[in-house]
Amino acid sequence: MLTYALRRLLIAIPTLLFISLVIFLLLDLAPGDPLSDQPLTVPPEVREKMRTALGLDQSVWVRYVLWLKQFFWVEPLNTLDAILGTSMAEGQQRIVSWQFRSPAMDVIWQRMPQTLTVVGLAYVVGVLIALPIGIISAYRQYSWFDQIGTFVSMIGFSVPTFFTGVVLIIIFAVKLQWFPSIYDTTLRITDWSSFWQQARQMVMPVTVLALFNASQISRFMRASMLDNLGQDYVRTARAKGMTERVVVLKHVLRNSLIPVVTVIALGVPTIFGGAIITEQVFKVNGLGQLLITAIYANDLPMVQTLTFIFAVLIVAFNLIADMLYGVLDPRIRYD
Amino acid sequence: MPDGAQPVLDVKGLKTVFLTRGGEVHAVNSVSFDLRQGELLGVVGESGSGKSVTMMSLIGLLPSPPADVRAGAVLFGGEDLLKCSADHLRDVRGADIGFIFQDPMTSLNPVFKVGFQIMEPLRRHMGLGKAQARTRARELLELVGIPDAGRRLDDYPHQFSGGMRQRVMIAIALACDPKVLIADEPTTALDVTIQAQIIELVKELRQKLGMAIVWITHDLGVIAGIADRVMVMYGGQIVEQAPVGELFANPRHPYTRALLGTVPALRGPREAKLNVIEGQPPILTAAPAACAFRDRCAHAFARCSAENPARRPVVAGHDVACFWDPETGAADA
Amino acid sequence: MLDAPTPGRKLVEVSDLKMYFPITAGIFRRRVGDVKAVDNVSFDIYEGETLGLVGESGCGKSTCGRVILRLYEPTAGTIRIAGRDIAAAPQDELRRLRPTMQMVFQDPQASLNPRMTVAAIIGEPIDEHARLDKAARLARIYELMDQVGLNRNFANRYPHEFSGGQRQRIGIARALALNPKFIVCDEPIAALDVSIQAQVVNLLEELQDRLGLTYLFISHDLSMVRHIADRVAVMYLGQIAELGPRDALYAEPLHPYTQALLSAVPEPDPVVEATRRRVILTGDVPSPANPPKGCNFSTRCPKVMAICREVEPAFREIVPGRFAACHLHSDTDSNTTAGQTAAPEAPRSTQQGE
Repeated sequence: MLTYALRRLLIAIPTLLFISLVIFLLLDLAPGDPLSDQPLTVPPEVREKMRTALGLDQSVWVRYVLWLKQFFWVEPLNTLDAILGTSMAEGQQRIVSWQFRSPAMDVIWQRMPQTLTVVGLAYVVGVLIALPIGIISAYRQYSWFDQIGTFVSMIGFSVPTFFTGVVLIIIFAVKLQWFPSIYDTTLRITDWSSFWQQARQMVMPVTVLALFNASQISRFMRASMLDNLGQDYVRTARAKGMTERVVVLKHVLRNSLIPVVTVIALGVPTIFGGAIITEQVFKVNGLGQLLITAIYANDLPMVQTLTFIFAVLIVAFNLIADMLYGVLDPRIRYD
Repeated sequence: MPDGAQPVLDVKGLKTVFLTRGGEVHAVNSVSFDLRQGELLGVVGESGSGKSVTMMSLIGLLPSPPADVRAGAVLFGGEDLLKCSADHLRDVRGADIGFIFQDPMTSLNPVFKVGFQIMEPLRRHMGLGKAQARTRARELLELVGIPDAGRRLDDYPHQFSGGMRQRVMIAIALACDPKVLIADEPTTALDVTIQAQIIELVKELRQKLGMAIVWITHDLGVIAGIADRVMVMYGGQIVEQAPVGELFANPRHPYTRALLGTVPALRGPREAKLNVIEGQPPILTAAPAACAFRDRCAHAFARCSAENPARRPVVAGHDVACFWDPETGAADA
Repeated sequence: MLDAPTPGRKLVEVSDLKMYFPITAGIFRRRVGDVKAVDNVSFDIYEGETLGLVGESGCGKSTCGRVILRLYEPTAGTIRIAGRDIAAAPQDELRRLRPTMQMVFQDPQASLNPRMTVAAIIGEPIDEHARLDKAARLARIYELMDQVGLNRNFANRYPHEFSGGQRQRIGIARALALNPKFIVCDEPIAALDVSIQAQVVNLLEELQDRLGLTYLFISHDLSMVRHIADRVAVMYLGQIAELGPRDALYAEPLHPYTQALLSAVPEPDPVVEATRRRVILTGDVPSPANPPKGCNFSTRCPKVMAICREVEPAFREIVPGRFAACHLHSDTDSNTTAGQTAAPEAPRSTQQGE
């Protein structure tokens, strides 16, 4: 298992280097100029100086290598410094967002909590809803429960979140006025009433995203349960006189969870990706929104950094999903 | 086995129907038989003959839907299993009636240790504690001839070979000292040398434990070596039933005779051409009103299409569901 | 077909064939060992004969059949079919040779594309290898369907509409489409019911007589092999334990493994079964990744001797036409002359492998 993990990590290095190069070049070649926002009255020589200050006069390869060094060396050191209170990275140039004029990672760390509370919670809620629905749907295949489950998950899966989000806002924020329509990121939880306020503003975005996640995962759970319910060992368990509870919730579920858990693990990076659309709809000031605004502002370092973080997370969680498979299924041995 | 011994299991007029999208499939049609104490009853038939479905119907192992056990009575231990509650049936399954299935590779749960899977029925039916159940599980593994039993309890099924897994299945089936053991093609998926090991083991366990066994197979060779009595099934019915020696020496039903003829011999003169039963086994979409074998039968005549022959005795203990008489070559009865 | 085959021309010559599948481990996937699925196998198949290849699951018999048609790349050894070297042929030449050698697979359900009609399945090899116009192609498909006993009217049906036996007939028709000389039948009846098995075996025999086919018939069913094969090779753990004419091999097996195998087959006769003493082999087949030292059967052999655990027995001709790899027969060494007998023989393997 350990050698397998090491092997996979070694393979991940060229993969990530390649991804980083593609991301860097694609964004660099994309049309758009970070100085396009500057007033036209700025004289050309000043404009040129600004470009130099941003490092744009260097060749694309120099900038790429510099960026790599910053991403893999300077930024992790800074993070360590922040955690340990040391100053190892002092004096090293960091990846600076053109838009915020401050290190990109600092901005990302600021936005992370919003995304994690809203999108992360939605994912957890989605999973918690999806598993029992999937189990019951499969066990009572074609029952009214299963039919309704199928219908709801079809809707959850096929109706885009900007639609469900707006519908919820109209019904619950505008008409009924139960929940605020805009997510207030400046809210600090200090007492019960602010906690209550935070909970209320989270309800709608979490619901929208949870519905989406649940509809996907419940389908997986159902399919996996159905696969296993037809297996011979289930008949053996029944022939041993085990109760249906034991047969389904122990024998079948334990096997069915193996693929589902890996699907859930593979979905985790999307949490960090933030739900771009949902964050926009509810004005949640998270990573998704950060990415969008960075794109609008031609803030190349920010976009590159965010995109590459997602790439790292996807590679990492792919590995984690494979390792989980090995942990959950005794038949799989990585060596 | 002693004749006239008490039947442990008495099945009367069992009918099982599958409800499929294409309509009903009558898989088991008025099957009646009994199983006597300590005897080994062989059930022979091709796939689709209803032999497995019959045995599964007895103790509610068929998923319903699509299966529907329509009629009949299964008398076991003084009660009719078809009228029992599902809960009570679960108490019987695995405790009084043990099961072995065809494919040992898929019949054990891959994610649980073998010890746990043997201990499950022990704890459920005999109320044993964890430690007691483990001790008993080790004894069972030793009983079925698995070396180093104590250590192997902590192994997963994939760490066992096919033959060893079938031994584990036998250990599970025998865990609670059942009165009846139903073995559904237990050696079909195994190699011949491993099959010989398993057959030897079952013979030995029978002597030791004395349970009655139903052994389902399509292999007439296996039946010849292990059974006391044989039932031949075709089209969801028992077409012939006799003690093993009598059946092989004096087969009456054209299907039994043809089946014996299709198997090439391992010694003696070698047949130039194999005998063939032309055609395909029937799919019964309605309860049979005529002989199910008539289309493939070399001796069929008008009456075979008009009515379904009932089982009639030929000699003591031998009965057959056929109008044709192999001695005279004519229709009798 | 009852008499021993007249030793004709060798159609298939296999010598010292090895098929190893590598086992890798560690971070850099170094090769740490091999699964020796086929290990130093040599035999010939004569034109028009059926060589039965029997053995238990995992003994390498199916792999052997596939390597011979070069569906896998052999690790070592030579395979000559009709004088052409198959093992070393480059891909484009191999493709030109394909029509002469075909295969019938075990599972007719899995080896037929469920989205193709019977006509398309049978016609595909014709499209690939022969240039026929539409009418000639269809005529050929009908001819093939007639040959294997399929109703022409079913040409546009899909495989799932057929029973197992009929599906196997489709597989046979496909194999016949290019007029092959040599067909590897890989457990063609294992998935079929007893009464259907006889139908398919009779068909194979009929086609052999009519078309002069040569078969490698791979099976675990010893009674069926006795019926169909002229000569029989018994495989154990990647090697051939014994090879000989059918009647002699069944009447008086030389190798203890053959003896045990034959003794394990139950016979449909209660009288025989009640009196017969079985050789029950203990234990399981060792892993082909780690075969035992010396004779690979030594761990289970009821007649094992000290030498068997040390020295690998050579596969040699014990009596004319009969080969075995067993130390029990090593005293007949001196009588063996190098394959000048009239009976079919297989080239002996070199001592001890490596």
